[in-house]
Amino acid sequence: MITFLSHLVNGLSLGSVYAIIALGYSMVYGIAKMLNFAHGDVIMVGGYICFCATQYWGMSPLLGVLLSIVVCTVLGVVIEGLAYKPLRQATSLAVLITAIGVSYFLQNIAQIIWGANPKSFPSVVSIPSIFLFDGQMVISGETMVTVLANIVIMIALTLFTNKTKMGKAMRVVSEDRGAAELMGINVNFTISLTFAIGSALAAVAGVLLCSSYPVLQPTTGSMPGIKAFTAAVFGGIGSIPGALIGGLLLGVIEILGKAYVSTELSDALVFAVLIVVLLVKPTGLLGKAVHEKV
Amino acid sequence: MKFRKLVAAVLALAMAMSLCAFASAEDTIKIGMSGPLTGGAAVYGLAVERGAQIAVDEINALGGVQLELLAEDDENDAEKGINAFNTLLDKGAQMMLGTVTTTPCIAVSAEAYAERVFMLTPSASSTKVIEGKDNMYQVCFTDPAQGSASAQYIVDNALATKVGIIYNSGSDYSTGITQTFEEKAAELGLEIVAKQAFTSDDNSDFSVQVAAMKDAGAELVFLPIYYTPASMILKQAASVGYEPTFFGVDGMDGILSLEGFDTSLAEGVMLLTPFSADAEDEKTQKFVSTYQNLYGEVPNQFAADAYDGIYALYTAIQAAGITAETSYADACDLLIAAFQEITVEGLTGTMTWVSTGEVTKTPMAVVIKNGVYVSATK
Repeated sequence: MITFLSHLVNGLSLGSVYAIIALGYSMVYGIAKMLNFAHGDVIMVGGYICFCATQYWGMSPLLGVLLSIVVCTVLGVVIEGLAYKPLRQATSLAVLITAIGVSYFLQNIAQIIWGANPKSFPSVVSIPSIFLFDGQMVISGETMVTVLANIVIMIALTLFTNKTKMGKAMRVVSEDRGAAELMGINVNFTISLTFAIGSALAAVAGVLLCSSYPVLQPTTGSMPGIKAFTAAVFGGIGSIPGALIGGLLLGVIEILGKAYVSTELSDALVFAVLIVVLLVKPTGLLGKAVHEKV
Repeated sequence: MKFRKLVAAVLALAMAMSLCAFASAEDTIKIGMSGPLTGGAAVYGLAVERGAQIAVDEINALGGVQLELLAEDDENDAEKGINAFNTLLDKGAQMMLGTVTTTPCIAVSAEAYAERVFMLTPSASSTKVIEGKDNMYQVCFTDPAQGSASAQYIVDNALATKVGIIYNSGSDYSTGITQTFEEKAAELGLEIVAKQAFTSDDNSDFSVQVAAMKDAGAELVFLPIYYTPASMILKQAASVGYEPTFFGVDGMDGILSLEGFDTSLAEGVMLLTPFSADAEDEKTQKFVSTYQNLYGEVPNQFAADAYDGIYALYTAIQAAGITAETSYADACDLLIAAFQEITVEGLTGTMTWVSTGEVTKTPMAVVIKNGVYVSATK
């Protein structure tokens, strides 16, 4: 029983990392209606910035996190402006391929700047682990911080999109871009803002991802990015609470799959569950079905 | 992905063709070296390139036979390895020191067998690398040798009675060592209480594997894997307060040069390697100090294997009378014959070769103490 509980905790801890990445994915998709495949690589950049800040420039972990948020926000806006904005009227496939291109671009730039050798990321979390049941169950400080960060970000994003004027503008843009423009909403600015927020979230996710799983290399963001994308689809892409639930569930399924089925088949199991969920509920767990009006 | 590979192949072909025009004979013997100079396994490729270069410089300083090392990057990828191999031939390489890692080496050695190019790999340790190829030789131990030697060492030194294994089921290197380790363990009565796999795509969360080791009461965890996932395992084991002896093989070498890594996590980690930088013989000390002066770090086993590889080729070149004019196909036959005869006193022991391409030498174990390797027998 304790073994099961401790697998569950490990699953939640992995899931919380997926969730925090999925929040950014889901938000950008929800508003800009595009899959930003480069999101995982912005996460990697966030990790590297924080690594440099704390290891080379002697900053405190908190300053490192803030710096990486700033850098990633700027990076997100620049990527959006240079790569995605010119394609606003293009087909979604063109934007998708551009996003994949941006992803490779960021990975290669990172390899040129920081080299290919992996770096071991020192955790920014200094909270000690909690040991329960005579040390048979461990909840690490990183897990607690990640779960907390998830909840705070989820509440903040929900409040932002529901209560503020900019947030409302975002929702309008997500529902009908043309109508939003007619109502005097600056669509381009709104989308840029979405990317800025999404990339800031990516920076936080990057730091927390690397704190929990400390190997930092140019490809660090790609696999978690794909998993988080799955989590976002699982929970209902575009839904903010859905991303959190999707992420946590994905982590738990993956760890339980590893523990009780096979360590090698866990990924296959995750995707099998995703297929089942999508068959039963095509918009994901919390996704809203949007009916096209004719 | 496929498209990218296609483009890469077309570009590489174009590049290879343009290079043909420039290949010309000089009076130095050209040795091609390919390995991961960038990417996740770059630490191995760079160590090989540097170790080999030191040996080449030493030999050239002696006068007599002059060597030139041509290095190409394969990013630890089979397809890029073939491209690198072709590029090296176009640049006039007469023999190969490579490749560094197993996966590309299996692909490249097949190509080298067809093309009749002599290859000596410093570090690709799978038997699949040499199997059925008369022109393929190794400086390092084969995986079976590493696996059974590890089990033998654990039993001989009474390190543990209950052993766990965490291995990468997606890597020939890791599964090969695991298999022979298990066979030898069964033969010696060493109990394997837990065996857990992970895949190359899923190599960051090891909580389940570590928990399985802990629950099974493994006193020693055998890690026949590369150091990057190993560093994660060490961290995750420490975070749940699990402190067995960790025992690695040559892939573990490099963990101490992982930037930002808390080396206290690796305290007490043992690994089986034929080279230890703290050995007191003159040859090792000279190599270590040269390497440190040039590159600012302590050389690992890969650098030593590469250094020995160059000396082995040098010995064989002299024995076979190869010159800068010898074609790679002629050099191949001459070197195959020479390698059966030569004995090389290297940094990694006294080496002789059998006709399968396998090396004979004695391994030794090192243990990490205060962030450096020390011979485990001391």
